Amino acid sequence: MKLPIVDHPTAAKPFVTNEDRSHWHDDALWFVRVKRDRQASSVPEWEYLRERASAIKTHTIANLGDYLEQFERNATARGATVHWAADAEEHNAIVLKILRQHGTQRIVKSKSMLTEECGLNPYLENNGIEVVDTDLGERIVQLREETPSHIVLPAIHIKKEEVGQTFHTHLGTDAGASDPQYLTEAARNHLRNKFLAGEVGITGVNFGIAETGGFVVCTNEGNADLGVSLPKVHIACMGIEKMIPSLADLSVFTRLLARSATGQPVTTYTSHFHGPKDDNSELHIVLVDNGRTRLRGNDTFRPAMHCIRCGACMNTCPVYRRSGGHSYRATVPGPIGSVLSPSRDAKSYKSLPYACSLCGSCSDVCPVKIPLHHQLLAWRGELVGNGLLPLSKRVAMKTASFLFQRPGLYRTAGSMGRTALRVLPHFVTHNRFNTWTKARELPKPPRESFRQWYIANRGNPQRRDSVNGNATTHANTRSNGDAS
Amino acid sequence: MTVALFVPCYIDQFFPQVAVATLELLESLGLDVVFPDGQTCCGQPMANTGCNSDTAPVARRFVELFTGYDAVICPSGSCTAMVRHHYAEYFADDDPAFTSVRDRTFELCEYIHDVHGGRIPDVCFPHRVSVHQSCHGLRELGLGSQSERMVQRPDKVAAVLNQVQGIELMPLTRVDECCGFGGTFAVNEADVSAAMGRDRIADHSGSGSEVIVSADMSCLMHLQGILRRQQNRLQVMHVSEVLVGRELETAPLAAAQRS
Repeated sequence: MKLPIVDHPTAAKPFVTNEDRSHWHDDALWFVRVKRDRQASSVPEWEYLRERASAIKTHTIANLGDYLEQFERNATARGATVHWAADAEEHNAIVLKILRQHGTQRIVKSKSMLTEECGLNPYLENNGIEVVDTDLGERIVQLREETPSHIVLPAIHIKKEEVGQTFHTHLGTDAGASDPQYLTEAARNHLRNKFLAGEVGITGVNFGIAETGGFVVCTNEGNADLGVSLPKVHIACMGIEKMIPSLADLSVFTRLLARSATGQPVTTYTSHFHGPKDDNSELHIVLVDNGRTRLRGNDTFRPAMHCIRCGACMNTCPVYRRSGGHSYRATVPGPIGSVLSPSRDAKSYKSLPYACSLCGSCSDVCPVKIPLHHQLLAWRGELVGNGLLPLSKRVAMKTASFLFQRPGLYRTAGSMGRTALRVLPHFVTHNRFNTWTKARELPKPPRESFRQWYIANRGNPQRRDSVNGNATTHANTRSNGDAS
Repeated sequence: MTVALFVPCYIDQFFPQVAVATLELLESLGLDVVFPDGQTCCGQPMANTGCNSDTAPVARRFVELFTGYDAVICPSGSCTAMVRHHYAEYFADDDPAFTSVRDRTFELCEYIHDVHGGRIPDVCFPHRVSVHQSCHGLRELGLGSQSERMVQRPDKVAAVLNQVQGIELMPLTRVDECCGFGGTFAVNEADVSAAMGRDRIADHSGSGSEVIVSADMSCLMHLQGILRRQQNRLQVMHVSEVLVGRELETAPLAAAQRS
């Protein structure tokens, strides 16, 4: 499938230039980031836990094949059926086949970014199956026919008044009502009926445990538990990078996940599923690759597989907070999304590694120590290597490099540039083609560069006569005869 | 101690007063300061765009020029971080010229704090100041404690500033959020960059500060551009200018010409 090319600055423009909305969004997410800081600082061994989590992930991914097979053996022994899906299409077909076997008309689904990645909802709907997302945020987004803008807070971009309008239209709540408690209550009653009518429950997976063949789903609303309690069939969709070796390892991650994600000590529900719930029930686990093995083969970007989808990098990212999740046009937005998306399709997502000021905050909040901003920088090098940088930028950088290798030329260019800025009228230098000056004034150009000041006040700078030769100070006239 | 002064390209061309203040400060510490000729840029703009083949010759020139000094001192956290953390790609791991330059290149406050015993000559700057922590200085060089990490580090910029008589450091709401400069990011993502800058300025203004002080002039160039566009009275100064007792420019700003 050919994906359209995403231009992040263009996609972000409506959101970031709407100052009220952008500030509201920024404040909402910053609030979560501050809560995370408070929780992280309450754990004395926080940095040790991050180190440990990273090491567990590195080890697991290095031995992924063995752990997946161990997981399959143990899960099968517990009565679950394990399916392997090479890509999104295969995942969707496997799920549909299970549903067809049971003559299913409607399913309830708790939050799963993997099913978003695979486009499961539209696929099932096109095949005549009703899909109800039972996570409140996901449900809001689903009713509005949108996609999640954040992997943990899917409806973070929607204001409560807008939720009120959506619920008024779809659930019959009072017009103009926007009280969160009232709206949540309405959603509860609406979802309760859906839960009762659900024939199959679908969930994602936060952690698959090789040692036990069980898996863990973390939610705050308990919707995963509700969704799979009544139906006889539970389908769990799991990306292969969700694997961890043992239950003992799980404790490291459960201490990090909720603190990093929302600033809670632990998610309200941490539900363990070990085999079908009784003899009359079925548990299906679909293991999905969908490009993960390719990522695993790349030395530079392999650590991105550590991701436990906590969303902390989004909450802290100053670019994400101001441009909104939809500006990334990807299932997973923000810093981690900007690393993962180009690995799926470098050409479509070539602008995402540049949607980053390289501030490094994401690398430091990441609970599994993915060096996110260094990976984004590495992606830029890959894109340039693959000829995906626009020609104008290539030429600009080639020119800069040429000048910086020739000090005389650099000084002449600098001097001419400063003079031009000084003598040209403001409207000429601050025109619409100069992107810098859209929101900023240019620096006031000084009459002399530092080097000129130095020569006038301290004498000639120290020159090096040869690469390895001694530095000598020349007391004679200026070098190269340039006057800049 | 013979130290080389590395003046980043944009400081040489646009903010020579920052390099002058840095030079005077280092001389006042009793150091023998050399200004090697032929210096241009560390290569960061090309590196941050991903143009590694365009960066390599610039990085090699830098190492050739700055080899053989006791220390290389730079009034910019960002350019220092480039040399220390991003040059490895362009040199053999055991290249002695590279490793020696890498290990001897310091940001100004870092040099004073770590190498020179931390003391500065007496100076007075009787103003309310808010410190902008540059991301590269903070997260790459470790010039202070980051809000994201649960690790306590001495704040090297504040440590030198706190010795200045009459100075009052004002607290910010978001102590280390990015200002939005980000090199070519400022132009690539102009809308987001400017929004980030305006938000930082609002935080500094709200603190009651008269002047934003930073160890990174590149951040200040971006913030100053926005301040002037806003006709905002808040000033910016590089930390070196404060440490040598430069006057705060308090004359009313001339209204920017409307184009």
